[in-house]
Amino acid sequence: MTTMPTTTPSAIGQPLDRVDGRPKVTGSAHYSAEIPLPDMAYAYVVGSRIAAGRVSGIDASAATAEEGVLAVLTHENLPRIAEQPPLVPSLAGTAAPGQTYFPMQDDIVHYAGQQIALVVADTWERAQHAAHLLRVSYEETAPVTTLDQGRDRAYVPERIFGGWIPGRIERGDVEAGLRDADVRVEGTYTYAANHHNPIEPSSTTALWDGDTLLLYDSTQGVNATQMTVSRLLGVPMQRIRVIGHYAGGSFGCKAMIHAHPTLAAMAAREVGRPVKLALTREQMFTSVGHREEQEQHVTLGATREGRLTAIRHHKLSPTSPFDDWAEPSLGTSSQIYACPHYEGVYRLFRANTMTPTFMRAPGEASGMHALECAMDELAHELGVDPVELRLRNHTDVDAMSGFPWSSSGLRECYERGARRFGWSGRDPRPAMRREGDWLIGTGMATATYPVAPLANPQRARARLYADGTAVVQAATPDFGTGVATVMTQVAADGLGMSVERCRFENGDTDLPNIAAAVGSAGAGMISAAVHSAATALRGQLVNKAVADAGSPLHGADPVDVVVRDGVMTAGTASEAYTDLLRRNVQPDAEALGQWNPPAHDIPYGMMTFGAQFAEVAVDAELGLVRVRRMTGAFAPGRVLNAKTARSQLMGGMLWGLGQALLEANHMAPDTGRWANSSLAEYLVAVNADAPDVDVELIEVEDDIVNPLGVKGVGEIGQVGVAAAIANAVHHATGRRVRKLPITIEDLL
Amino acid sequence: MPVRGPALTEQDAALLEQGPGPVRVGLSVNGAKRTLDIEPRVSLLDALREHLHLTGAKKGCDQGTCGACTVWVDGRRALACLTLALTCEGHEITTVEGLSEDGELHEMQRAFIAEDAFQCGYCTPGQIMSAVALVQEGHAGDDDEIKEWMSGNICRCAAYPHIRAAIRAARDRM
Amino acid sequence: MRPITYLRATDTASAVTAVSTDPTSDFLAGGTTEVDLLRQNVLNPRRLVDINDLPLTDVEGTPAGGVRIGALARMSDVAADPVVRERFPLIAQALELGASAQLRNMASMGGNLLQRVRCSYFRDAESPCNKREPGTGCSAVEGFSRGHAVLGTSEHCIATHPSDVAVALVALDAQVRTTGPHGERTYAIDDFFLLPGDSPHREHPLEHGELITGIEVPATPVARHSHYLKVRDRASYEFALVSVAAALSVVDGVIADVRMALGGVATKPWRARRAEDFLIGARVQRDDFAMAARVEMADARPTPMNAFKVELAQRAIVRVLDLLSDGTGDGSEPGPGAGSPS
Repeated sequence: MTTMPTTTPSAIGQPLDRVDGRPKVTGSAHYSAEIPLPDMAYAYVVGSRIAAGRVSGIDASAATAEEGVLAVLTHENLPRIAEQPPLVPSLAGTAAPGQTYFPMQDDIVHYAGQQIALVVADTWERAQHAAHLLRVSYEETAPVTTLDQGRDRAYVPERIFGGWIPGRIERGDVEAGLRDADVRVEGTYTYAANHHNPIEPSSTTALWDGDTLLLYDSTQGVNATQMTVSRLLGVPMQRIRVIGHYAGGSFGCKAMIHAHPTLAAMAAREVGRPVKLALTREQMFTSVGHREEQEQHVTLGATREGRLTAIRHHKLSPTSPFDDWAEPSLGTSSQIYACPHYEGVYRLFRANTMTPTFMRAPGEASGMHALECAMDELAHELGVDPVELRLRNHTDVDAMSGFPWSSSGLRECYERGARRFGWSGRDPRPAMRREGDWLIGTGMATATYPVAPLANPQRARARLYADGTAVVQAATPDFGTGVATVMTQVAADGLGMSVERCRFENGDTDLPNIAAAVGSAGAGMISAAVHSAATALRGQLVNKAVADAGSPLHGADPVDVVVRDGVMTAGTASEAYTDLLRRNVQPDAEALGQWNPPAHDIPYGMMTFGAQFAEVAVDAELGLVRVRRMTGAFAPGRVLNAKTARSQLMGGMLWGLGQALLEANHMAPDTGRWANSSLAEYLVAVNADAPDVDVELIEVEDDIVNPLGVKGVGEIGQVGVAAAIANAVHHATGRRVRKLPITIEDLL
Repeated sequence: MPVRGPALTEQDAALLEQGPGPVRVGLSVNGAKRTLDIEPRVSLLDALREHLHLTGAKKGCDQGTCGACTVWVDGRRALACLTLALTCEGHEITTVEGLSEDGELHEMQRAFIAEDAFQCGYCTPGQIMSAVALVQEGHAGDDDEIKEWMSGNICRCAAYPHIRAAIRAARDRM
Repeated sequence: MRPITYLRATDTASAVTAVSTDPTSDFLAGGTTEVDLLRQNVLNPRRLVDINDLPLTDVEGTPAGGVRIGALARMSDVAADPVVRERFPLIAQALELGASAQLRNMASMGGNLLQRVRCSYFRDAESPCNKREPGTGCSAVEGFSRGHAVLGTSEHCIATHPSDVAVALVALDAQVRTTGPHGERTYAIDDFFLLPGDSPHREHPLEHGELITGIEVPATPVARHSHYLKVRDRASYEFALVSVAAALSVVDGVIADVRMALGGVATKPWRARRAEDFLIGARVQRDDFAMAARVEMADARPTPMNAFKVELAQRAIVRVLDLLSDGTGDGSEPGPGAGSPS
């Protein structure tokens, strides 16, 4: 581990305004569908009406006859893919298709909305209209999409989640643990499917120059797009460049590389013009994955003192015909409480759906809801305060591996969160507090999110110009995380320069690094690389100065040199970077930084912790639940920028609110189509739903996870919120609603 | 609040049936006269984004459900996705690109940066156009009012509390 | 969106002539329904006649105490009108609880009455729907129907009428004025909205090319004490699951006058005449409110998914009557919690 410069005030942690603020507030930031190119053509995707069967015919005559239509691509004429890469999470730094299926390679329909044609025209309106003129005939078979349809055919997969997670997790003897328990609580929890719905629909602009492809793609990993498209098209990596300077949110739906970037490239090659392919809002429900509808069953056993003796956590969910995918809802329930016996089992059934995918806090958002609602029930049953119950089961080691946490801070999260929220003195009895028509209740839950294991070395490049400005580069896109801002700070800190003189350049496969910013890992891994590059460049310059007879620093010990505002100082001697370079007639200096992540078998448990508190008002007569306030206390390791970190955590907490009370989709049992495919029906929180949110940051040192001890803030904010709200609804009303979202009809 | 009045079109052009092919349209956008050839079915949003390359107004849903395309028509906030460009002849269109003057950010833009009222930035131009109009309408009195009157602009990053803070800050300086 | 031609009308007569003489022409006002559904391939006119320049935007109080609202007055302008706010608070409230500020700036009052249903099967050009394509069947009856109607339904259609302000107007016995190929007409608003029956594609009695020119709300003194309650999942920007527009006058503890209509639960803005009849002359007491609500909802025909609306509507009715009769609570959202962190 590299030591930090301690003698200069650090840019790290400062609440710097976003470096991309100005382009974003003036409209000059260009997202992937906003690249003006001459002769642009527009591709429009046609999705299957049916959910199961085959396309028996496509009559494209009316469509092709429309003015401006350049091509109609279907399974009959779309080029075959070169190769189908396996499904591996994009964090791994390999090709990362969203599913091991590529559309329009045959006539089979696996799910509703599956791409069955692509219409390309010279304007968007013409492409969209021509798409509606296609006459598609189908041979339809009965689809399987719902939990009830699939329950009897469920199986326990060997591994899920792109092969990363076993289908069954056990320790001890859960039956024995439940037998030994004085108290048991048990419940079945059901979850509607959720869709990411970033406000920017996924879009790709594709441009061929000879046999070289340039893609502008809204993605969490420009390299993931590059690698996936390369494998699918059989075009070498060196001939594909992907740029993604801005992405209008992702939340996981741009983490894997779904079919549309490759389709855009195919269409552009077909028509010999640049092609823009933007998914419609409706297509965002069927083209980029989702959080699967699911059912979880939790059984807790505990002693009368509230010590857990057993946790059984089962899950049933639909997956696609191609992949064994379930979000890992059972992972953290095996790790975060001291408990001798555990059993987690995933059950899947093949359904007419695309492969589900990562969605913010994939697994933890649902799994921690079930576990933490059960814990609340247990606390109620035992007459123990919910915070106290969690403290009684606190563990300083990963309960599954037995390894100590690389860092925790969970106790402080409970304590400071509870204090800020005003938890102490809470009357535990439900339905005791009323204000007018509103019943008031409070609830809490633990938040945990694993620090993702990384596979590849992380790289960045730092360059200092003789004019005293620096550019630091890494390929990662900024899809709203603030990575461009915080890396500017990390770079400035490492170089010993002011942030104003540093610029972070990102979102381009021509820049170093490879892994996608997924799983809250972006800040940790990129900061490690940027820190490494910046400190390497600083070291290079310091070494040059002390070895340079013309430098005032000549002969100084490099370890005595501190750098601040671009000036190297040792004792009374000092020299600016710029003077050193100019004297040596050197226009710039550059260094590549690399960080090798810890091995996967490192003897530590790596987890981010937090505690969530919520107060709800329930109009018990009308069934309305409104969240009045929330406090979240989080220990995300080191905070690179207090402002952007708080924003991400706040956003995550409000996502938890949406998950708890609003967001729902279901597939119709007869047609296999989603019921809610617009933002008028699939409800996400609007301004009026969002209370002010109190975010407390508890910095813990962690020298295991990465050089700067960054554990990430992208997802932990959401984890536990839905449980805290559900527990608050119980406290307000005395009713346990074991489903999400909790809606009016559940409370009448 | 002025009621949207008759368009200032030339009389003899008024009864002309135009289209379905491209027709010449004169639009006044951010104070500048712009001429473009578009089919009557082209929305104001697509006219701005695809023809004038003013991509500040965003396409989030194209269905009137998200607010990302919010612009002003004659100073009133409206959804560009549900407005046909042809209907805007004779009316003044203002987009986020027309909000700052001489490179000076509008107070609301400044406040959005200072309060970190966005993350991905995609809904931001719509939020800002809505927010400035909100203050001018007199609907930014307190947080409850801001919440209700800003609910037509979805922020999926959920920066809502910071959007309110930015509006409060800019309101007092506008 | 199919190719369209465009015509900007400068006077009402030529607008009516243009549309009435061409079955493939539609009027274009605010566009919030027309453009949306054109793009969805649900509406397929070949020509749009833009009526936004017609002089139909005035909102004016009548000497008798009513109000005349031009068909092209925008929702936001009507909601902000001082006469409307003073004489008919429920109209202003219904308007401001509908859609979003942007949509309210765009949508005209005439267009609001004619807005199409939000049934997702109607909006999806690929699903069977009797309203969109008569005779293809109703997908909602056996499908996802949480938001659908429980009153005024038929086996052919259970889509809910989506308007908020129409609910208030129905409670107030407004009149809809039109100009068409056969001259001017006036409709009682309750007759303006048709039940689906076996012809759900017919939603109103207008003939093709007949243009709404205005809405007249008669003087209704009781309306000064009125309220529009909208119940929905989201705190804003959502269609009603249940809404109640009501006006109440109580003299010596006895209900002297009452107007009530329901939204979100019926295939048309639903005048709650049974409840009104029950309440007139009744004493102000919760049991009677509940009984009136029960009487009104007695004929409800819910699906398993929207059965909760029958109960919810009754509770909403009672809530509004409570609110109007004793003034406790105002039906607003809860404020921020006490003891908020610093």
